Amino acid sequence: MRSMRIGESAKRGDARAKAAGREHYAADAYPENLLWAQAVRPGVPSGRVVRVDAAPALAVPGVVKVLTAAEVPGTNRQGIIHKDMPVLARERVLYCGDPVALVLAESKAAAQLGASLVETDIQPLPGVFDLDMALAPGAPLVHADHPGNILARATIRNGDGADALAGCDVVVEGTFSTPVQAHAFLETENGVAWLLPDGGLRMEISTQSPFRDRMEIGHALGLAFDRIHILSPSLGGGFGGKDGATVQCLLGLAAMHAGGRPVKMSWSREESFAAGYKRHACRLHYRLGALRDGTLHCLHARLWYDTGAYAHLGAEVMELGMEHAGGPYRIDHTLIEGQCVYTNNPVGGAMRAFGVCQASFAFESMMDLLAERLQMDPLALRITNALVRGDTNAAGVRLENSTGIKDCLEQVRRHPLWQERQAWQRQAPPFTRRGVGLAAIFNAAGYGGGVRDAAIAKIEMDTQGAFTVHNAVTDMGQGNSSAFLQIAGHVLGQPAERLAVRQPDTRTAYPSGSSSAGRTTYTYGRALITACEELKSRLVNRAGLILFLPNDDDLVLEPGRVRHIPSDRSVTLEQLGGLMQPEERVCLGHFTAPVCGCVPDTGKDFFIGFPHVIFSYAAHLARVEIDTLTGAVRVADYLAVTDGGRVLNPAMFDQQVHGGVAQGIGYALYEDFICRDGRILTGDLTTYIVPGTLDLPDIVSIAATGEVEESGPFGMKGIGEVAMNGPLPAIANAVADAGCGRVHHAPLTPEAVLRHAAHPGFPIVKERSIP
Amino acid sequence: MTNHPSPSASADDPAAIAFTLNNTPVTIQAAPDRRVIDLLREDLGLTGSKEGCGTGECGACTILVDGEPRLACLMLAAQLAGRSVETVESLEASPQGRVLLDAFETHGAVQCGYCTPGMEMTALALLRRQPAPDRDTVRRALSGNLCRCTGYVKIIDSVTRAGVDVKADA
Repeated sequence: MRSMRIGESAKRGDARAKAAGREHYAADAYPENLLWAQAVRPGVPSGRVVRVDAAPALAVPGVVKVLTAAEVPGTNRQGIIHKDMPVLARERVLYCGDPVALVLAESKAAAQLGASLVETDIQPLPGVFDLDMALAPGAPLVHADHPGNILARATIRNGDGADALAGCDVVVEGTFSTPVQAHAFLETENGVAWLLPDGGLRMEISTQSPFRDRMEIGHALGLAFDRIHILSPSLGGGFGGKDGATVQCLLGLAAMHAGGRPVKMSWSREESFAAGYKRHACRLHYRLGALRDGTLHCLHARLWYDTGAYAHLGAEVMELGMEHAGGPYRIDHTLIEGQCVYTNNPVGGAMRAFGVCQASFAFESMMDLLAERLQMDPLALRITNALVRGDTNAAGVRLENSTGIKDCLEQVRRHPLWQERQAWQRQAPPFTRRGVGLAAIFNAAGYGGGVRDAAIAKIEMDTQGAFTVHNAVTDMGQGNSSAFLQIAGHVLGQPAERLAVRQPDTRTAYPSGSSSAGRTTYTYGRALITACEELKSRLVNRAGLILFLPNDDDLVLEPGRVRHIPSDRSVTLEQLGGLMQPEERVCLGHFTAPVCGCVPDTGKDFFIGFPHVIFSYAAHLARVEIDTLTGAVRVADYLAVTDGGRVLNPAMFDQQVHGGVAQGIGYALYEDFICRDGRILTGDLTTYIVPGTLDLPDIVSIAATGEVEESGPFGMKGIGEVAMNGPLPAIANAVADAGCGRVHHAPLTPEAVLRHAAHPGFPIVKERSIP
Repeated sequence: MTNHPSPSASADDPAAIAFTLNNTPVTIQAAPDRRVIDLLREDLGLTGSKEGCGTGECGACTILVDGEPRLACLMLAAQLAGRSVETVESLEASPQGRVLLDAFETHGAVQCGYCTPGMEMTALALLRRQPAPDRDTVRRALSGNLCRCTGYVKIIDSVTRAGVDVKADA
């Protein structure tokens, strides 16, 4: 019997089925009599749709139908908040992945062949393909209703803003840029859909947001959202890229024209690279001022995010980056200015640690620049300025919740990898330089201000006395459903064998927000504790009735039974299950995440999100080796100390940290999604390099458990994102520490490093004047 | 295990292809150029093997053919004739396979799970030819299998540990 106690590394509930190849993913659904759907994407980054001729496609054996914008009912507009993206483009294509038609066929091969034969006549129009082009006066507009190609613009001003730079003893300045990054989850975007006889729509989708998807599909296709039934099984990865409609509206459209047959759509890797969402490329300009003793005094930061052709969550990405622009430090005077800019590039959307990993590169590089200027130890400089609970952060928000960054930094300081760094550096082999770099990072969890961040949990006991958690927040691999089993097992005192989880089904679970923002275990977990406590007290009560006891005292819920301690009489859960009505065997629990009690007036022109109140923190250390002949950077050792409050499952905690660091190292060294004039140059895994086993070190993960997050289930807070933010700055700082120069532009490819080493002052990118 | 005729759009007529699949002799009707990954997943209902890229880069589709790790997305049905094919579905049925599954489950190697079948098949081939490999050997052997979730640390832990357990059982 496997016990499920909080704090233990209980085996994940999904591990065996996944390891044995038995776990069902949306990609594994092959319903009988299915049709395949394939979108037609002309690949022109900016143009007018003149003609779409389906005749050649319809001549292909097996092609059943070709749909265009004319067949899209409803608004033909999808989007999470800003609904600016067509399901099928009618008049304009705004990026190379914009679809103009949808082919339905009897086989995948016929659908792909048909799609390739649809003739499209797209008249190219001038486009804008980077920030400078988009922001230039008189630039062509991506969207006519967004002058200047600005999706969003906002400021945070705390204290005296940038005016306080004058009062600083030292000011350091830097411009940084970060690349577009692709999620590259192994299971690409996909799903199946079919129209039910009553006109409703049923779908099984690889999605992080099944409940919200119904609204998005309903708005786009003119369907009532409660007629749409969505199931989201385990995902083969998500990382934010499956938050918001990907295949959903196209599938819904296809199903409406499939004569009742199920339709399947599965994006090829190349289609995923083109049409999937990406991390926003970003340019940052920082001026950071301090007093001679190392106290940070003033920050003026300007951030520009390239959101591509459609909004998705661009404004929210910018908001979050701006909130984190000052790092996990006390800075009394800040002016943070942000712009989120439309271009005719592929669409920027949500990706793990969105907005923040860009800002982290800048602020943590600046801290090392400052340390160098002040001739201070970089770790001591960070510890001096590190936030503690009760401080006000750079966005002007007073921190009422757990703030463990100082503890994280202290643990790094005590670690042998830091203590023995100088000896390690001196032992560099021939043609190798060694460097050590730090990063102090943080990441908000939850939706922040202006959006209700809530969950409704449901636990059910069946007639045999076995329990099912009705999960409502997709498990994309982070293991939240396993955490829920552990929570239920802990509260109900039942072993793993009596517990199961049902993955989200919009008909039988309740809306609980998206699987994103590091919020799922925290928010749904709190609600689940409530639901389990209620079920427990109900089971105890019913047992008391059965045992003819005058009250519920001295009754305990144990594995498989409720026992009366004084008399040792008991009632089995099977007996209770047989006696209780179905509605008695189901309990719901609700939780709404805390919001900022006193919102400062520092943030202007944010739509939603400002401010956040719960943050996870981490201190990272990278030890790198640079090959002086090739410029190649190898991460020899990596340490991540993370503050996640109380740890519910140490193995799962480390899993998240390992994965975040791995994607962060990819972001730092290998991954660069490159477009030229809006056309993709790195459209597959041959040219977009995802790190493999030989590209990553054995990552050391330590939990800093000094502070408990009282608002979270058993004292935890989400850490799914924060690890992503450390590697790029830590590695850039390590490269500088090795004497190879300070690189301001990511990724740190061998070419970039060599260029810097040869010409320390050489600008990597010719900078135009920043408006 | 079902045997559906292949719905391939290929101009070739389906042919009879005989091979051993997870220790069972089978004869299937398929177009000779049907991709093995499609044959397994769509025609035979063996969805344990996954497709991540279709171009041989990610290793998610790794199966064993005559004991060697091969990429099912790059193989055609005709290539299976006369061969012995093993997929992830065979692991639960063999003692060695169960040692590997136990290790992956126990040591936290599984997150989203999509790379896991391919990883395990590559690992199985390694452990059969080299019991108790060290960490570096495991790293190199798995370098053709991408994972986006784990950073590989616990996967390498699991295979290294399984290598010791397999050797102990041998």
